[in-house]
Amino acid sequence: MFIGHFTERPYQDPKSGYFGATGLPIKDLTLSNEIYDPEVGADLYNRYLDEKIYADGCGFDGLMLNEHHSTPFCMGGATNVEAAILARITKNAKIVLLGNILPLWDDPLWLVEQLAMIDLISHGRLIPGWVRGTGREMVSHNIPPAYNWERFQEAHEFIVKAWTTSGPFRWEGKHYHYRYVNPWVKPYQKPHPPIWLPGVVSRDSLMWAAEKRIPYIMLATKLDPTRQAFQLYHERAAELGYKSGPQNIGYLWKVHVDETEELAEEAARKYVQGPSNPFLAGNEGTTNLALASLPGMTSRRRVLPTRTAATKYRGGVESIPYEEQIENYSISAGTPKTVLPKIRHVLETLRPGIIFFWDGDGAMTHEEQMRSLRLMKEEVIPAVREMASELDLPGPDEVDPATGEKIKANGALAAAS
Amino acid sequence: MQQATAAYTEELLSVAGADLQVLKAGSGPPLIIFHDEMGQHAWLRYQQALSEHFEVLVPSHPGYGKSSRLDWIMTMRDMAGWYLQAFDELGVRDANVVGFSLGGWLAATIASLCPHYFRKMVLVGAAGIKPPEGEIFDMFMETASEYIKLTVADPLAVKEFPTVCPPTPTPELAEAWEVAREQSVRLSWRPYMHDPGLPHLLRRASGIPTLMVWGEKDRIVPTSAGQAYKEAIPGSALRIIEGSGHRPEIETTDEFLSTVLGFLKNG
Repeated sequence: MFIGHFTERPYQDPKSGYFGATGLPIKDLTLSNEIYDPEVGADLYNRYLDEKIYADGCGFDGLMLNEHHSTPFCMGGATNVEAAILARITKNAKIVLLGNILPLWDDPLWLVEQLAMIDLISHGRLIPGWVRGTGREMVSHNIPPAYNWERFQEAHEFIVKAWTTSGPFRWEGKHYHYRYVNPWVKPYQKPHPPIWLPGVVSRDSLMWAAEKRIPYIMLATKLDPTRQAFQLYHERAAELGYKSGPQNIGYLWKVHVDETEELAEEAARKYVQGPSNPFLAGNEGTTNLALASLPGMTSRRRVLPTRTAATKYRGGVESIPYEEQIENYSISAGTPKTVLPKIRHVLETLRPGIIFFWDGDGAMTHEEQMRSLRLMKEEVIPAVREMASELDLPGPDEVDPATGEKIKANGALAAAS
Repeated sequence: MQQATAAYTEELLSVAGADLQVLKAGSGPPLIIFHDEMGQHAWLRYQQALSEHFEVLVPSHPGYGKSSRLDWIMTMRDMAGWYLQAFDELGVRDANVVGFSLGGWLAATIASLCPHYFRKMVLVGAAGIKPPEGEIFDMFMETASEYIKLTVADPLAVKEFPTVCPPTPTPELAEAWEVAREQSVRLSWRPYMHDPGLPHLLRRASGIPTLMVWGEKDRIVPTSAGQAYKEAIPGSALRIIEGSGHRPEIETTDEFLSTVLGFLKNG
C-alpha cells in the first residue's frame, strides 16, 4: 500500500471577503487578484512546505502536489517549484505530482529538464504524474481546449522519448516541433520516473492509462461510480493481456484525524469553508458552466460514471452539506479509533493500492493539520499498513503495475532475479 | 433544422476531400452566405428574402453542421485555402458573398488571397481584425445559449430569436452548437478571433466592391473593427445600423435587407 498526503494549498485570507460562510462569490475566473496579499502568500507557501516536510517524517510514502491556475483554492500554479524545494529538503517520501498539466506546455522540453532535475536532486524520489487540466487552466494559459487531448498525448510521447532516447534527435509532430533535442540532464530513475495519471471525467484518459499500464488515481469521487470506473481499467488491462490489480489504481479522499471527536468535527467542517475547490462536493464556490464544458476539452460521449462530480452545476444551495459528506464517505473525520473503520470501508470497496489522505484544506489551520499529521504517524499509518496487508492491497512499489510481478525490496523485479 | 419557410434544398457534396453540407434556394446570380461561429441551424427570413433575388448557397464550413471536419484545418487561412479548392472543383467564380462574424473573417481572408472569386462582398459584424478600440467578446466564457443571447441587443425584441435560440434547445441543436464551438476553437482560439496579418493583406481586395454592415450596439465585435476593415480595403464602405446588435439580419431585418440588396443589386 502506497499512502500519501495531499492538501490543495488554498489561499486563506480571512480579510479577503470570500472567506467563511458568506461574502463574495467564488466563481471560476471572476475573482480579481487585486485582493492578493503577498504577506499572506509568503506565510502560506512556507506553512504548506513545513507541513509537507513534517509529513515526510510521519511515514507517508508520498507527498502529493497538484496544480491549478488563476484561482484561490490552489496556490500551486508552478508546482515544480514546490517539488524542487521538497526534493532538496525531504528525505524519505516520494514527491508525487498529480500533476503537471501537459497540454499547457507549449515547450515541453522545459518539463523534460525540470522534472529530471527534481528527480536527480531527490535521488530518484519523483513520481511525475500528468493531468489534462480543466477549462480554467485552458483559459488561463490560453490553450485551445479542442487540442487538449492531442497535446496531452503528444507531449507525453515526447517527454518519454527525451528521457529514454539518446540525443540529439528531431521531433516534428503536430503540436510540438524541435530541431535539436539533447537535454543535458537525465532522470535518476531508469528507464524514467514512474508516471501516474489522476482523473475524474474522461473515459479516454482512463483507457489511455490502462493501455500505457500507468496507475490511475481517482480524485474525491463517490465510491460506487469510482468502483465502476476502476472496473473499466481492470477490464481493459485484461483485454490487453496483463494482470492489473490494486497497484494500478489509487484513490484520494478527505481524511482528518484529531485528538477528540469534537476537535475533529470542528476542523473537518472547515473542508467546506473558505476557498475550497469548486469542482468538488460541498464547497461554497460555484462552478462556471462555460468553463466546465469548454468545447472539445473532453469527449462528450466517452465519459466516466464519476463525471457528475466535475461538470454538474454546483455551489450555493446545491452544495452537499457536511453531514451528507460524512455519511457518504467523502469526508472521513474523527479520532483514529473512529476513522480507521471508515478507511477500511473505502479500502474494501475500491481495493486501491494507492491512497492519498486529503487534509489541511479549506479553512483548516496549521495547528489542526499538524495534530492530524502527528496522529496519522502514531496511529493511522501503521494500522492502515496492517489493513492493506490483511486485505492484500499492494502498492506499485510492491507489485509492478505494468506486469503484475512482485518487486523485491531493493527495487528490482522479483521475476528478473 | 429549424425553418421559417421550407423553401430550400439541402445537399451533401463530396468536394476537396470533405463532405460539404450546402443549403440552396432561389435562382439568379450566385450569393454565398458564410455562417458565423455557431453554425447554420435555422432557415431565416432574411435568407428567404435574398433567395427571391439570388441563388443563395449556404455551406456549412468543414467541421460545422453535417460537413466533415478536416484535421489539418487549424487556421482561418487553412480554411480559406480549402474553400478555394472547393470553389475550383464546384466551378464557383464571381459570386456575391455575405459573411457573418467568423464567416465574415473567412470571406475577407479569401478575398485577401484570391479576390477574383468574389463579385461583391458584404461583411456583417465581421471578426478577423483586432479592433482598434475595445475587444472581441470571448464567446468561450459563456455557454452556447448565453452567448447567442449576447449577440443581439435585446432578445425579447427579436421575433426570430426563439428560432435561432429556442428556450429549450433540442438535443440535436445543443450538440450541433457544441460541434460548431469546437471547430471555432480550432480556428479562433489564439490569437482570439483575428489574424494580425489580415489587414495588411486586404489591399488586394480593393477590386471587390465591399460593404461592411455593423449593428450600432454590437457587443461581440466592436464597431471600431468595421472602421478598421474600411481602412484596410480601399474603396469599401461601412454602414452602421442603429438599434441593432451583432445580428442585424434578424434584429433589423428590413433595414438589413434594403441595405444589402441595394448594395448587391446596384450596378
